[in-house]
Amino acid sequence: MPAQARSRAVSALWVLLRKDLYIEFRTKEALSSLLVLIILIILTFTFALDPAAGRSFAPAILWVTFIFSGLLAVQRAFVIERENGCWHGLLLCPVEPATIYLAKMAGNFLFLAVAQLVLLALLWLFFRLPPARSPATFLAVNFLGIAGFASLSTLFSGISVRMRAREMLLPLLVLPLLVPVVVCAVAATRTLLDPASAEGVANWVRVLIAIDAIYIVAGWAIFDQITQE
Amino acid sequence: MSEGRAPVAEARGLVKKFGRRVVLDRLDLTVRAGEMVCLFGPNGAGKTTLLRVLATLLRPSAGSVRLFGAPPRGSEIHRRLGFLTHDSFLYRDMTPVENLEFYARMFALADPRSRSLHWISRVGLRGFENVPVRYFSRGMEQRLALARVFLHEPDLLLLDEPFTGLDAAGRADVEGFLAERRRSGVTIMLTTHDLGRGLELADRAVIVSSGRIAWESGEHGVPDLRDFSAIYREVTAPARTGGLA
Amino acid sequence: MKNRSTTLAADGLTLLAGVMMAVSIYLVFQYVPTERVQGVVQRIFYFHVPAAWSAFTGFFVVAVASAFFLWRGGRRADLVAHAAAEVGLLFCTMVLVTGPMWARPVWGVWWTWDPRLTMTLVLWTIYATYLVLRMVGRDDPLVARYAAVLGIVGAAVIPFIILAVRLWHSIHPAVISAPKGQGGLGDRRMVQTLVFCGLTFLTLFGCLLWRRFRIRQLAEEIADLRDELEKQEGRRAP
Repeated sequence: MPAQARSRAVSALWVLLRKDLYIEFRTKEALSSLLVLIILIILTFTFALDPAAGRSFAPAILWVTFIFSGLLAVQRAFVIERENGCWHGLLLCPVEPATIYLAKMAGNFLFLAVAQLVLLALLWLFFRLPPARSPATFLAVNFLGIAGFASLSTLFSGISVRMRAREMLLPLLVLPLLVPVVVCAVAATRTLLDPASAEGVANWVRVLIAIDAIYIVAGWAIFDQITQE
Repeated sequence: MSEGRAPVAEARGLVKKFGRRVVLDRLDLTVRAGEMVCLFGPNGAGKTTLLRVLATLLRPSAGSVRLFGAPPRGSEIHRRLGFLTHDSFLYRDMTPVENLEFYARMFALADPRSRSLHWISRVGLRGFENVPVRYFSRGMEQRLALARVFLHEPDLLLLDEPFTGLDAAGRADVEGFLAERRRSGVTIMLTTHDLGRGLELADRAVIVSSGRIAWESGEHGVPDLRDFSAIYREVTAPARTGGLA
Repeated sequence: MKNRSTTLAADGLTLLAGVMMAVSIYLVFQYVPTERVQGVVQRIFYFHVPAAWSAFTGFFVVAVASAFFLWRGGRRADLVAHAAAEVGLLFCTMVLVTGPMWARPVWGVWWTWDPRLTMTLVLWTIYATYLVLRMVGRDDPLVARYAAVLGIVGAAVIPFIILAVRLWHSIHPAVISAPKGQGGLGDRRMVQTLVFCGLTFLTLFGCLLWRRFRIRQLAEEIADLRDELEKQEGRRAP
């Protein structure tokens, strides 16, 4: 029976994720506006910083751009459920709220990962960065950073979506608790982009994995507490 | 006549507060298997809130709810519930088929596609299968919302104003569906402001006022429209003057 | 009857906090000897550190009360969590205000990104957000649950914030190499003063927590009574 319940949950997760991706594929609203926003933020940084110095600021630019554009983007996952009361339709499906959380988180993750790839390509293009010392590790760090951000912001956008000051509230909720991810992701990125450095990033990666696990477990365990009025 | 049958939905001392506002005030109601209960009452009486609590969308502030003889727990109970409300629960960027297929898959129903197509034609939307819902009129959306409710063949239907936005043909269709569901033993609770239509359909009439059951038809079935109108005016009078003051 | 005895106890607690505070001030300014390296400014330490203890106690109470509220329910736990966040944030603010007053003469700067300072600032933002959430969501029936979620997740993440901030600090060598602030509580009187001030601040914390809690509880009782009254008047009017 638990096995059957688990396979049901997995299939519901997949159905829900596919629905969200399909709506995005149809409207292309979120991804296109996110990409334009990313370009604009990088442009703003370029004007604010000496482009030659951009190199040393690249890790900071990368994560600041990612976080602030991401904060705007993740809200969409629940905003689309507000139309026509679909959120209640979802809650009335035979699916645990934790599954809804995981599906929304997975959607946000995919979405942000695409944006991050574009963002990285632009950074290399604009600031002529050196190649990362270990591309695989570099991608893994990015992957863990995005996963941490997606898991935390998905939980809290489930809260902020109901509030009047939604756009203002989400950063307040997410940013303080995101500090471990910010610290580790930026430090690891900086180390990996420094050709002179021989340091490893194992410590940072370990903390990233641990904090990602905490966020996901917290969201998964606590999400049903915020669904029922 | 229905006393012997098992209770499907029970509310005991049900209280629901939104912040400081008391919407349901120690409400008691029992609905038994196969019954068709119509809830009447002025705006703000608590009819919609009652249905939302029974649908497990709201948790009671006090008192208890039992569905199918047990307190509702877990998400499997949702397979047996069909809830229709003012919101259609339909994604505007998807077509009717996509919407119904999505819900069919979330309910893990067999043959999601053919089932969806079947219900789309049942509610009279054949030919609109592939038009995104955003282009639908209110009445078409209401028809599709009904299809969504019937899709997983629930045992208990909670219908809030099922006739809103429908034309005469649509209302007749809905009455036909409800009659058909009833024949297969489904329990139905619905709200309406149309006293005449509600009385025709229901085998029990209930008047909700100020968050409580103000009046309930008994053993002898529902009264006729004239008697009922008088009763309705009388039992809802304090609430109405209170509302206007 | 019960009300009167709790009021009496609360008044007693307030009185106790007042007396202890007076004694603390005497200890800090008269009893304890001046620290040799840092001079007289070090005396602020006896308020700075106890304030930090009270702040952490507050945040701990928020997490426990939030967890209790989510899984067991009840208005009281929610009111306690709210009150603890307010009082905790007050003490946290004191830490952040007294810190620079101490840092300026000792380290030569108002602010330094020392791990402890950084972490306190991050904690401050978490609980400031908690109160903002309460304010913004005033009319939302779910806000108590939302705040509880933040209280719990916040507490769960705090160890990692501390860890990350320490790791981060270790790769940014300190610009100012000054003597560690709380180095050498050489004198026995220093320890005594610190412990007594700590107890004073915890008493003050308990006193303020109780007052905030009672104010909110009474406000709800008043609102209930008013509703009841309105209903009765409404019934009589027609």
